[in-house]
Amino acid sequence: MKKFAVVAMMATALLGSTSSYAADLEVTHWWTSAGEAAAVAEFARVFEEETGNKWIDSALAGSGTGANPVIISRIIGGDPMGATQMNTGRDAEELIQAGLIRDLTDVVADMDIDSFYVDQSLLEPCKIDGGLYCLPVNIHSWDWLWLSTKAYEKIGQPVPKDWNEYVASWPKLQEAGILPFGLATGWPFSGIPGVLMSGIGGSDLVLKINRDKDAEAVRSPEFRKVAEALDALRKVVSPETMVPSFGDVGTQLIEGTAAGNIHGDWLQGDLQVAGAVPGKDYECLPALGLGTQLTGGGDSFYFPVLPEGTDPAVIEAQAQLARTLISPEAQLAFNLKKGSMPIRTDIDLSQANPCMQKALGLLKNGLLPSGDFALSSDTQQQMQDLNTEFLDDDSITVDDYIERYASIIESAD
Amino acid sequence: MSQTATMTGSAPATGGNTATDPRGPRPKPFFTPKKIMIYTTLVFFTLYFLFPLYVMVVTSLKTMPEIRFGNIFALPSAPSFDAWVKAWTSACTGLTCNGLSPGFWNSVKITIPSTIVSIFIAAVNGYALVNWRFKGSEIFFAVLIFGSFIPYQVMLYPLVILTRSMGIFGTLQAVIVIHTIFGMPILTLLFRNYFASLPQELFKAARVDGAGFWRIFFEIMLPMSLPIFVVALILQITGIWNDFLFGVVFAGPQNYPMTVQLNNIVNSAQGTPEYNVNMAATVLTGLVPLIIYFVSGKLFVRGVAAGAVKG
Amino acid sequence: MADTTVQSAPVAGSSSRPSALKKFFLHNLSAKVAAIPMVATVLVVFIGCTIWTIYYSFTNSKLLPTGKFVGFDQYERLFATSRWNVSVINLLMYGAMSLVLTLGLGFLLAVLMDQKIRFESAFRTIMLYPFALSFIVTGLVWQWIMNPTLGLQGTMRNLGWTNFTFDWIANPRMVLFALLIAGLWQGVGFCMVLMLAGLRGVDEEIWKAARVDGIPTWRTYISVVLPMMRGVLVTAVVLIGSGIVRLYDLVVALTNGGPGISSEVPAKYVYNYMFSGGNIGQGLAAATMMLLTVLIIMVPWAYLEFGGKGRK
Repeated sequence: MKKFAVVAMMATALLGSTSSYAADLEVTHWWTSAGEAAAVAEFARVFEEETGNKWIDSALAGSGTGANPVIISRIIGGDPMGATQMNTGRDAEELIQAGLIRDLTDVVADMDIDSFYVDQSLLEPCKIDGGLYCLPVNIHSWDWLWLSTKAYEKIGQPVPKDWNEYVASWPKLQEAGILPFGLATGWPFSGIPGVLMSGIGGSDLVLKINRDKDAEAVRSPEFRKVAEALDALRKVVSPETMVPSFGDVGTQLIEGTAAGNIHGDWLQGDLQVAGAVPGKDYECLPALGLGTQLTGGGDSFYFPVLPEGTDPAVIEAQAQLARTLISPEAQLAFNLKKGSMPIRTDIDLSQANPCMQKALGLLKNGLLPSGDFALSSDTQQQMQDLNTEFLDDDSITVDDYIERYASIIESAD
Repeated sequence: MSQTATMTGSAPATGGNTATDPRGPRPKPFFTPKKIMIYTTLVFFTLYFLFPLYVMVVTSLKTMPEIRFGNIFALPSAPSFDAWVKAWTSACTGLTCNGLSPGFWNSVKITIPSTIVSIFIAAVNGYALVNWRFKGSEIFFAVLIFGSFIPYQVMLYPLVILTRSMGIFGTLQAVIVIHTIFGMPILTLLFRNYFASLPQELFKAARVDGAGFWRIFFEIMLPMSLPIFVVALILQITGIWNDFLFGVVFAGPQNYPMTVQLNNIVNSAQGTPEYNVNMAATVLTGLVPLIIYFVSGKLFVRGVAAGAVKG
Repeated sequence: MADTTVQSAPVAGSSSRPSALKKFFLHNLSAKVAAIPMVATVLVVFIGCTIWTIYYSFTNSKLLPTGKFVGFDQYERLFATSRWNVSVINLLMYGAMSLVLTLGLGFLLAVLMDQKIRFESAFRTIMLYPFALSFIVTGLVWQWIMNPTLGLQGTMRNLGWTNFTFDWIANPRMVLFALLIAGLWQGVGFCMVLMLAGLRGVDEEIWKAARVDGIPTWRTYISVVLPMMRGVLVTAVVLIGSGIVRLYDLVVALTNGGPGISSEVPAKYVYNYMFSGGNIGQGLAAATMMLLTVLIIMVPWAYLEFGGKGRK
């Protein structure tokens, strides 16, 4: 930690003066799809224009099992990158405790970041032992119910305004041979239980379970409603009707062969690529049309402590990048392209589409801590295993599900 | 394997151009019932093997809307090679949009030395294990085989720490060492078992002539083991050329192989995958091993064991 | 000659001929020097990693191997996890089917390829090409083909065969067979090539002798050539076996463990908990169980291969 403190001091000392010469800074991230790359290009552009440094792009597709081991290996192997994206959450806790990640407290000291971050809960995962070790750069939310206008035209009903109306329309949809709920195989299911919890269970329940790890809240009647909704949902989806990727669900919604889907805000990127227009081809209901708050996750940037003998200009470039990423200009440019919400409240987003406008309205009520933020990845993985098993195996009753969910929360750390 | 020794005892006496001698059935007219059965079976399996390739190629020639709303087996309405061009030259892998091409030479740079070093060391291992055993050599070999069952990813962090302490983490040497380590169990087994099946008389005769360890290896053993070398070559070229994890972790960003770009193109977490570009990129990446497979045919010669003695 | 040393060297009994041992020590020295990379790899990497794996499986390590000793906690949790138990059973079933079919089809195809056929190179390349392509994408293609809505079933039904059913990938009881179709597609080609190299290594004299004795070709293959290919067969079994134990890519690309958890496999459990689940202790406990199983199978084999009578 001593070495680390020295580096931090050095960085602080250098902060005041603008660097006289430019440095190359390698940045790793897993934003490799077309839309994502366009967004990250905005970060690079602003960084290069504002500071004169060079952004060396090192993209690695596939978060989790794909990019994470590489990023962690390079940091512990002593060949760290200048900066790296990771999920906002608890993934990097141990790297921070091992003194491998740079403390940004002094870097952003004069920016008063507490005043403009949308919600303090965003910064919580970054604050460890009094230091600030990462900067969240965007907010993504799973809490969206997407509905197909065409499907409801076919059965001659108005598009539902909330989850309850939507559930009520299922029998009619099935009669007409329309899938009530389109679903892709694999991970897209993993976000759905959380969405039901915040939409149906409400904010208090989310806080009790995710933040307070209160197993009794899992056994409460409120959570039972959530579990029953999930039970109802699994009855209308079958492996037979699942499609390979979430983009295919988007296609089903546009065609009207499936009526609805719960998926994160990034599905909109796909719908737009296919030429669909919000309000005309599809409707979006944030928080299932029931809740008043969104749960949010997102991406953060971490800045590894660079090995001894690194050019001070590179260390200075780290600091400059950190400041750039959360500047209004970069935030606006990045998030418009990414389709996510900015972390700053003081940005004019009138250019955003109607769905995002709805989300921005809800964002004013503060953000609920999603599982990503509040639970360790181990706990999340166990939840995901349970949910996946529950989806397919009808012999697991709602009671079993609640009990197993509660025991995971009990053992959560 | 005593059977081998007795049956091949007459091997040195064999002369003639055995590689072209007929074997199995005598040459017969093309359309015998047996030939028809053989070809029918082969063609049946060929169809099974080619079916997914058909889907891949057809998909790579379609436009995205056609893929989204069409039948996966249908022929493209207007075949276009745009996806292939894009995959090679302009598909984006993050901010750089140069397709697969920039990583090609890095892959070559990693594959050639890694393949040569790993096969050479394994061949020597196999030869030493069969003909020059030392006390405990079989135990080492058994552990080596055991090692082939350890899942790669489990060994990732220890190997990072190992290469870091060797001072080579993030260099070409590191990735060569890693490929040599991971190729060693199966390649050593391959060579050991193959050398063990060769007639021991050749080795004994060379020893009587006073030839040493390396001379016997290069002049007697290597020329006799062409088919198994081809197998080792196929195994290593394929494995190393397609490796992503070790290249990206150990080679350092300046040596990122082509699979890093392939992975970035096909494995994006979000957004609509461009299936046509993905298919083209995959086939393009596979071309190098495919060429090796095709060309290596000449080396699948028969009767090398007998032929080698003549010289 | 060297052969006699070979027979007795692994056994402690070689001390009964001290002069012979001394005589061959110098020769064996070069073998020892040549074996340094192997010995180093075995000691440092494979034994080292195994010890590392076992040690950290008894800790509560999260993202980095730094945790505290927690006894058998990780194992208790492992055995109480339905996903792990399903994974083990899946691997046993898939493994048995895959091993038998890969060997059987590999040998059959190698024999057919050995009949002086035309276009041998083309056939061989076609059978091998799946081996060369990234499974991320070929897995997706199989996923399309087998998907009930998009793939064969949907297409055939649209063509009017309304009873055509091919939904293994979506059926928890059949999903292992779906994996098998794609797994064989990828693995049989290399097994064939290995067998073919074995066949080509068999001496021409054997064939001549068999022909003189009037033994039918198929019988020569089964009762003469196959036993002579024992080395290649052992190699193939180890190769296929280690592929089965490490089975991961195929499952991720094809089903990602689904429907539900019905096609989960142990290696996937290990990776998920090590890397995305951030629980190295749990992942390594699972890995230790895998290695223990391999060891239980390998010890009798190693004994047969090297033990007792020193047969090769």
